[in-house]
Amino acid sequence: MTVISVPGSATDTVVPTTRRRRKHNVLLIVGLTLFGLLVLAAILAPVLASHDPIQQDLANARLAPGSPGHLLGTDELGRDIYSRLLYGARIDLRVGVLAVVSPFIIGTVLGLVSGWFGGWLDTVIMRIVDVVVAFPFFVLVIALVFALGAGTGSIYVAITMVGWVAYCRIVRGEVLVAKEQEYALAARASGLPTWRILFRHLLPNVVLQAVIYSMSDIVLTILAIVTLGYLGLGVPPPTPDWGSMIQDGQQFLLTQWYLATIPGIAVVITGLALALIADGLVDRFDRR
Amino acid sequence: MSPLLEVHDLHVEIPVPHGHLHAVRGVSLTVDAGESIGVVGESGSGKSITLRALLGLLPQPAQVTKGSIVLDGVDVTGLPERRRTKVLTDAMSMIFQDSLTALNPVMRVGDQIAEVPRRRLGMSKSAAHARAVELMDQVGIPEPERRFRAYPHQLSGGMRQRVCIAIALSAEPRLILADEPTTALDVTIQAQVLEVIDRLRRDRRLGVILVSHDLAVISQTCSRIYVMYAGRVIESGRIGDLLALARHPYTFALLRAVPDPDLPVHRLLTIPGQPPDLAAVPAGCSFAPRCAFAEPGCYEVDPALTPVPDDPDHASACIRVETAPQWLDWTPADVLDLVEKT
Repeated sequence: MTVISVPGSATDTVVPTTRRRRKHNVLLIVGLTLFGLLVLAAILAPVLASHDPIQQDLANARLAPGSPGHLLGTDELGRDIYSRLLYGARIDLRVGVLAVVSPFIIGTVLGLVSGWFGGWLDTVIMRIVDVVVAFPFFVLVIALVFALGAGTGSIYVAITMVGWVAYCRIVRGEVLVAKEQEYALAARASGLPTWRILFRHLLPNVVLQAVIYSMSDIVLTILAIVTLGYLGLGVPPPTPDWGSMIQDGQQFLLTQWYLATIPGIAVVITGLALALIADGLVDRFDRR
Repeated sequence: MSPLLEVHDLHVEIPVPHGHLHAVRGVSLTVDAGESIGVVGESGSGKSITLRALLGLLPQPAQVTKGSIVLDGVDVTGLPERRRTKVLTDAMSMIFQDSLTALNPVMRVGDQIAEVPRRRLGMSKSAAHARAVELMDQVGIPEPERRFRAYPHQLSGGMRQRVCIAIALSAEPRLILADEPTTALDVTIQAQVLEVIDRLRRDRRLGVILVSHDLAVISQTCSRIYVMYAGRVIESGRIGDLLALARHPYTFALLRAVPDPDLPVHRLLTIPGQPPDLAAVPAGCSFAPRCAFAEPGCYEVDPALTPVPDDPDHASACIRVETAPQWLDWTPADVLDLVEKT
């Protein structure tokens, strides 16, 4: 007779499954590392930069990458591209992230309230959403920035006023599903105050989709700044930002293609990092 | 002394595109402290809606259109909605069918148990923690301190349902509404969970309303039983009387449909037909079209729930209640014959 020992008795059920999740989560680690490096580069710009980003040197204009003293070459006014790229990251990442925070908060709260209470409140909020959605994103943002005057402050306000609707719709849809789940019913049955049910029980369950969307929204916002810069409504010159660098470089696309391409690659890397973070978050937290 | 909970003539209607769906049509029931009653019926008979109506948690846009809920002799029906919900949720807790969806997936189970003591009963953080651990111990969760930090998906189905019971108890209710609490569990775990509920009922003199479609579950734990069909109670009484001397053809058919392991059954006895459409209930007894014993009179009057002649605690809503005792002499073969004739 052999005695069969059973590894893992009933008491082993508490062993967290998170360890297995983490092991597979290469996406999140790579994404966070990449984005972390970008943020670090932006913060350390004064240390890392080899030149003053707005210092012109017309004698050394449009040098190719790899030229002595200028790692990535110089632009049409002889400014060091490597240094401008670093300083540009400061503007673009800050505006990109900050201009997503307020639409995220406003949209999420309104979506929670709208989905939970329903009725006339829901109708009013969703009609406002419909009105905002009826206009193309850029038309409305450009109109608002134009009305408020160029500059980063106006960009924040304009993007907030237009961007919250996406979060509101996403969260409202999730709440409509979640509020019929038995845990929401159970929370109501135990007589907890409504605000607590909303923010403690529902919010953590519905916010993931909004967080994932916000990752791609940051890229969209950076693109919006690029577009606004192109139309002369963005960050005023000579402050370096990736959008104006692309715009300045495009006229030399046939001769010095790297002038527009290098900041373009910077935008792509940022987008890639955020997309990887979004995918990693889905793997890490989504239990469906 | 007045009973813990009395429900009189409860009606629930759900507006649908063409009129109203009459989901609950005049349900009355009573529960005493320390008493466990069972509500049986097939899907769509209005069992769950009745429970949700009791807590004031009906799904939109269902509404209570008539009836009263009397708690400790006080009619709460007339109270303003906010106040009524508070009174009802203070006195009652609910246990749901699927423990996985009834628990918040992103919150530690211990925090979920400690939440009501902390937020509603005003305990300190450490007192609420101690209370949660104590409750987990009481519902039979081994190593409660360790499991306090687990998330719902890390526990087995039986453990999760125990957590749900602990959450229900954390509000210190006097009445527990259990909506098919064991349906999602296998039979051995089912017995353990029922045992936990029954022990708590005895120790704390809790009233229990147990909703199930499983007669075996009800007969194990309840002293009285209400049989629901198409939104109405069609028979009620003490569990023993009702199982031995069913006085309504629907109950009779339900009991016949339970397979008897001792008999060489060749065929599973089912009830032919389907329950009526509750948006347009036909006149007469709503079970008549499926009833093996129906007679022309059944299609004309819908009999009220009335006590049977020799037992005031046993009530049936059938016009043939007088001759009902004779049904017992009929063998399954007779019933089959009748079924085939109709």
